[in-house]
Amino acid sequence: MTTVPTSAPQRATAPPSEGGHRRRRSRRTRERPNWVAGLTSVVWLAIVIVPIYWIVITSFKTQSNYYAENPFAPPGEPTIANYRLVIESDFPQYFLNSVIATIGAVIPAVLVSFMAAYAIVRGRRSRLLRWTNSLFLMGLAIPLQATVIPIYLIIIQLGLYDTLLALILPSIAFAIPLSVLVLSNFIRDVPKELFDSMRIDGATERGMLWRLAFPLTRPAVVTVTVYNALQIWNGFLLPLILTQSPDKRTLPLALWSFQGQYSINVPAVLASVVLTTLPILILYVVGRRQLLSGLTVGFGK
Amino acid sequence: MAVPALVFFAGFGVIPLVGVLALSFTQWDGLGEIRLAGFGNWGAILRDPGLPHALWVTFLVMALSWAFQTPASILLGTFLAGKHRYRAVLSVLFFIPLLLSQAAIAITFKALLDPNFGLGAGLNIPFLVQDWLGEPVLAFGVVIFVVSWQFIPFHSLIYQGGVRQIPRSMYEAAELDGAGRVRRFFSITLPQLRYTIVTSSTLMVVGSLTFFDLIFVLTAGGPGDATRVLALDMYKRGFQANLMGPASVIAVILVLVGLFLALLLRRIGGRDAGHSQLEGV
Repeated sequence: MTTVPTSAPQRATAPPSEGGHRRRRSRRTRERPNWVAGLTSVVWLAIVIVPIYWIVITSFKTQSNYYAENPFAPPGEPTIANYRLVIESDFPQYFLNSVIATIGAVIPAVLVSFMAAYAIVRGRRSRLLRWTNSLFLMGLAIPLQATVIPIYLIIIQLGLYDTLLALILPSIAFAIPLSVLVLSNFIRDVPKELFDSMRIDGATERGMLWRLAFPLTRPAVVTVTVYNALQIWNGFLLPLILTQSPDKRTLPLALWSFQGQYSINVPAVLASVVLTTLPILILYVVGRRQLLSGLTVGFGK
Repeated sequence: MAVPALVFFAGFGVIPLVGVLALSFTQWDGLGEIRLAGFGNWGAILRDPGLPHALWVTFLVMALSWAFQTPASILLGTFLAGKHRYRAVLSVLFFIPLLLSQAAIAITFKALLDPNFGLGAGLNIPFLVQDWLGEPVLAFGVVIFVVSWQFIPFHSLIYQGGVRQIPRSMYEAAELDGAGRVRRFFSITLPQLRYTIVTSSTLMVVGSLTFFDLIFVLTAGGPGDATRVLALDMYKRGFQANLMGPASVIAVILVLVGLFLALLLRRIGGRDAGHSQLEGV
């Protein structure tokens, strides 16, 4: 995983420019369409879309219609009763727990990762920082789930069992390796001359971090923020082992117990799936452009 | 400035990693006292037929999901990287499975595949009416399919990024030499993607060790032990049977498997990756 090379400088500041695509388009117009790949994408697209479509339409069906109607037909008599049922249960509590755990973990995780990535890139000659970097890279290769038993022990010792802080602390640690990797790849692309000229103007390292590196690597910051938020929002194992009481449940765990409780009421379960996914979908739509360019640049080499 | 990150990572990454090794030599029920147990747990686990089985299931999930996802993702990624009016739309839709939690996905497919009330019964397609999660082979296939359903789009996007970085001049030169599409794919695209393939495969392989949520909700390791992967084995021994010592042994094995795979993959294709992308520019 240490093999991710540096990328071209302009990528640090902007997603791939439109000009490149336009040139490509005109040059390739005489090509025949690629049927094999095209067909594969259409087929796989259908496979991806059908379950999602089914989740959405079914969540608006009444329970009796769910058994009676064609599964793919839009609901004959659409109802929001399922959503009402879910919202009137303890769903808002679980929702709030997920929001607290996610925001509480993502913001510190991105901040400390950015500072670490900055230090690693700027202090490339320090042996200690190189060693720190290798440690984080090693963290990428290790399935962190394997550490949940000691984490459970530590959380009990700290007296944090069955609190949201118990989810937040390990989530921050789990988020660091990948965040540092992606962020340091981008910080490395900030031209050295900019740092030099800021230093001549008397800027401190801290000043350069916030006023130069941070604004120039915004796509990467958005990328790791959305990515980590997604991981923590959807996290299942940590809440499963580190919390116990229903009022500390986060959404994925609540979905699971909801499914056990209302296994017969499939439309209501699916309505809760929709409600659970909506916030992250909104976050994704807002950050999409930068997320896609950030991810493909960060991994795609 | 790296100190805060280091503290967090040490506290909840490095210390637990050392801790899991230490705990593997103890007896602990998760609540009471922790007592030293010497090599007792290791001896018991290494003799337990459950271990080779869990290793085999883990390996099968890894190998089959890799073998299914990689060709499909390369093909889709190459296609998405070309010029297409609907490429932007595809990119949006393709990301949706990645936004859903594995718990939500497992719940959805469980309902869809229900032999009595699921898709098969609703559409009256006999082929779809099977005890999908009740037959070992079928349940295994469902796990592979659901994993692919979630992750093929993501890996396609990685390959799309990789394909876009291949210098156009290489294709133009090949075209002048009269190379067809298939030839260009195998002679330029595929070799140029080799480091992307290593990256994507590493994510797939190491990631496959962590399919806990999905399998836990979908099959809970069943039917029988058919889908009991290492991570699930660890959870069941530790948090359901309250045998933290033996569970820690499984966790250590899980870590070793992960490290071994990562090193292996680096050996295969990671060397001097830094130069490859700029060759021939």
